[in-house]
Amino acid sequence: MTSDLAKIRADINRRKLLNSAFALAGLVIIAGAIIVLLGLVLQMAIAGSERLTPEFFTSFPSRRAGRAGIYSAWVGTSLVMLVTAFAAVPLGVAAGIYLEEYAKKNWLADLIEINVTNLAGVPSIVYGLLALGLFVYTFRLGQSILTAGLTLALLILPVVIVTTREALRAIPNNLREAAYALGASKWQTIWDHILPYSFGSILTGIIIGLSRAIGQTAPIITIGALAFIAYLPDAPVQSEFPFVSFDWLSSGFTVLPIQMFNWVSRPQKAFEINAAAAGTVLVCMTLGMNAIAILLRYQLRKGIKW
Amino acid sequence: MVNEQQLDSALIIPKAEVADFSFYYGSFQAIKNISMVVPQNKVTALIGPSGCGKTTFLRCFNRMHDLYPGNRYEGSIWLDSDTNLLSRKVDPIEVRMRISMVFQKPNPFPKSIFENVAYGLRVRGERNPQVIQDKVEQALIDAALWTEVKDRLKDSAYELSGGQQQRLCIARALVGDPEMILFDEPTSALDPIATASIEELVVNLKEKVTILIVTHSMQQAARVSDYTAFMYIGELVEFGTTKSVFEQPAKKQTEDYISGRFG
Repeated sequence: MTSDLAKIRADINRRKLLNSAFALAGLVIIAGAIIVLLGLVLQMAIAGSERLTPEFFTSFPSRRAGRAGIYSAWVGTSLVMLVTAFAAVPLGVAAGIYLEEYAKKNWLADLIEINVTNLAGVPSIVYGLLALGLFVYTFRLGQSILTAGLTLALLILPVVIVTTREALRAIPNNLREAAYALGASKWQTIWDHILPYSFGSILTGIIIGLSRAIGQTAPIITIGALAFIAYLPDAPVQSEFPFVSFDWLSSGFTVLPIQMFNWVSRPQKAFEINAAAAGTVLVCMTLGMNAIAILLRYQLRKGIKW
Repeated sequence: MVNEQQLDSALIIPKAEVADFSFYYGSFQAIKNISMVVPQNKVTALIGPSGCGKTTFLRCFNRMHDLYPGNRYEGSIWLDSDTNLLSRKVDPIEVRMRISMVFQKPNPFPKSIFENVAYGLRVRGERNPQVIQDKVEQALIDAALWTEVKDRLKDSAYELSGGQQQRLCIARALVGDPEMILFDEPTSALDPIATASIEELVVNLKEKVTILIVTHSMQQAARVSDYTAFMYIGELVEFGTTKSVFEQPAKKQTEDYISGRFG
């Protein structure tokens, strides 16, 4: 008996060793990745720190590195992201809902599903070419904020659609049946239950998409964004009636990644500092979007009590 | 199929009448040509071994099978002998507003206790907060849950115990004043004490509504039901008063099942 027990214990220890080995390996790799990432971001922030002054945010590009700023770039990035979000979120979420809840499950639906997933892997420059042909030349939207926003919206649509579908699919079927059994229509079931319960996960997908979009350079260059912009688009909010203006949509623009690219490609050393500073701002904007998402998710979950 | 002597049909007021009813999952016939009545303001139990189709049959009464493709009904289920629940002209939403359902596993929404019950009214477009307040309270009283939750209506339904969650689901099913409630093995996920309280509730509720209950427990059928239908492999073997089905079953199969020889 005793020898049996000793054998069982030795066996348990052996099995637990394997468990600990995997946990340790995971921890080491994650820690390594985070340290490298933090190191890179910090290095960039330190390299650009001397240019991270209030004037940097309120100055237009200049031929002299010390006077150049990112005013037009961060405003451009913000406005483009606004268009992207307004175009991609309703369209992507609605498409996800339709495909998951309404579309008949047949070969056509399978085909669409495979293609949507594949679209997520198409190189972004291809979207740029598509947008150049479609938005700039066919629809004559110009090399504008609207074109850029719609291009990036196309780029992130697959991500939004796929994550929406997965989020909807994760809602247990017994909750759907509970709603239907009370006499809810399909739309009521989706709007009152499925969508609110899955919104946290959908939001995560939206943020992953927007984070991908904010750093895009290639498609924006392809549609013809300008690198050197010394003016701002029209303000969306006006002091006079009707208080809102949409002229900014057709305005020329630049975005942070293009500004960075432009500075990095200059021969002067001083512009590298500018590029590092702009990169830091870009990273902070991405983190800011994530923070907003976390806040929103927290607010929305107050009404949902798992 | 229906044992006429056992039924004493003069006393039965049918709430629902099932006539030559069959149900198919694709090409598989799960329910075979059932005819029976569901007496008004009585508890009718559907019993039978696993896979006999009792839950499938129950879910036909509120057209739950409409939610999934490839299902087909044949024959008719008349409610109040004026509406054929299975008719294409009758919207399943109308059916579900008249006949509500309590599921096998408690399935409250991840909302507050109050909102869970109130949803049964909101889904019908009720906006008046006072009406909602009153009806929710009444439904919770009827579901024997009010005293336990009246001070914590804003808490999540998920903080309740399993038995309380199931009574919450009963309140939710009651709030819209249904004519009939379907119970699909409502106590199979509950402990004996919670089971007893649900059974008591079912018996009390028949004053207000007609009840059709699926149960795998013959003791439960004997305790709560007035009428019992014994099903076997998609067929109705025997239907009669619970007393007669349990004490003098007309069919050998029924007797074997009830005496525990199979099932």
